[in-house]
Amino acid sequence: MRPVAVVGIGKTPFGAFADRDLRSLAVEAGEKCLKNAHAEPSVVDAFFLGNFAGPSFVGQNHLAPYVAAPLGIYGVPCTRTEAACASSGSAFFHAYNGVASGVYDVVLVVGVEKMTSQPTPKVTEILGGAGDCSGEIKAGSTFASLFAMIARRHMHEFGTKREHLAAVAVKNHANGALNPDAQMRKVITLEKALEGKPIADPLNLYDCSLISDGAAAVLLAPAERAGEFTDKPVRVMGIAQASDFVALDQKPDITTFPAVRRAAAKAYEMAGVGPADVQFAELHDCFSIAEIIALEDLGFVKRGEGGPYTAEGHTARTGERPTNTSGGLKSKGHPVGATGAAQICDVVMQMRCEAGERQIPRHSLGLAQNLGGTGASCVVTILGTV
Amino acid sequence: MNDMTGTVYTETVIHSAAEAFMPDVPFQTAIVSLDSGGRVTGRILGDRVAIDDRVERVEVRDGVPFFRKRTGR
Repeated sequence: MRPVAVVGIGKTPFGAFADRDLRSLAVEAGEKCLKNAHAEPSVVDAFFLGNFAGPSFVGQNHLAPYVAAPLGIYGVPCTRTEAACASSGSAFFHAYNGVASGVYDVVLVVGVEKMTSQPTPKVTEILGGAGDCSGEIKAGSTFASLFAMIARRHMHEFGTKREHLAAVAVKNHANGALNPDAQMRKVITLEKALEGKPIADPLNLYDCSLISDGAAAVLLAPAERAGEFTDKPVRVMGIAQASDFVALDQKPDITTFPAVRRAAAKAYEMAGVGPADVQFAELHDCFSIAEIIALEDLGFVKRGEGGPYTAEGHTARTGERPTNTSGGLKSKGHPVGATGAAQICDVVMQMRCEAGERQIPRHSLGLAQNLGGTGASCVVTILGTV
Repeated sequence: MNDMTGTVYTETVIHSAAEAFMPDVPFQTAIVSLDSGGRVTGRILGDRVAIDDRVERVEVRDGVPFFRKRTGR
């Protein structure tokens, strides 16, 4: 396997865009990415599209070539990956493998989701397809309710408090308020975060990520060719994808995600670093409890300590391990198929000192964690500046 | 039949549901650890339950178990 670098990034803003369709969002991100890398579409050897539910949200299948052609990418392999909310993390993982193995040189990854054309109960139903439709979903579970049950158990076993969950939302909104591409650029207080409309007890509106439209793109190349595209290459130091049961009730312990632990262990080993070396992270805060458990599963803190660690400010921009400086899925937005690629873009922006008002001072080693469903898929990526 | 009884492992009350379940909100779901082993996701009828409450299965609708809180023990 040879060293691989991220040589270009591109994103659309995230939000509710009534006048935009799936393809125009994906093409905008892809074009911005190619331009960012000073690359012509003809240099692309393969294209991976991360998308969760385009067929359900907008009625279009065969999405990879459908998006690639208007980008000017013809003839090469075009493949869609689907791993629920980890769809474009998975696209990035497979693109990485293609470049690292030498099968391809230059690979474009785009992640996209167009969700807001459907009313919320329909979106809830479509997202339910990432769970076990023969069991938990048939019983009426929503994704919010599955993470609510995880939160309840985490509170029961470790004493995690409602205020700890709210602290995640407050922190991520504070970051997102500084991100011009974020969907909800609004600072919220702890009091407000505690008073949100109930969604699935103990989670309220402020514990839940947003329903969003958006796309993000990343260009990968062998590290030895990075100079052709950028003077600020970022190395993929470690990456792994792992899996687990789809149904929450099949997991022996729902307060931890084995797929996150497995992917992290492999990525750390590959990168030759440990959790203490990670300076900042973009974590999958689809629900507030998910960020707390990610802090634990990635080894940043011990089990049960994610809540207090957050409430004490250690994950704030000014803390010891800034987490979700982009605003996270909560404030930046969560067009599910775009999220994994967007996380990579956000880590790279910090490393290139392009994060504007949310720029942090220590940014040479960062991590992105992209979760699918209630942890049935996870991709962990460790990036570093060369 | 011991797959009729179990203990609440975790639970939630759902206020915002998928289209088909909107008429039922708010309703409670739980993951129940069955006395016969294994866990199952089901609906709760009657009184709300909390973690460690004992429940018994009172019916099955379209493959979905419905539980009710058990008094005593």
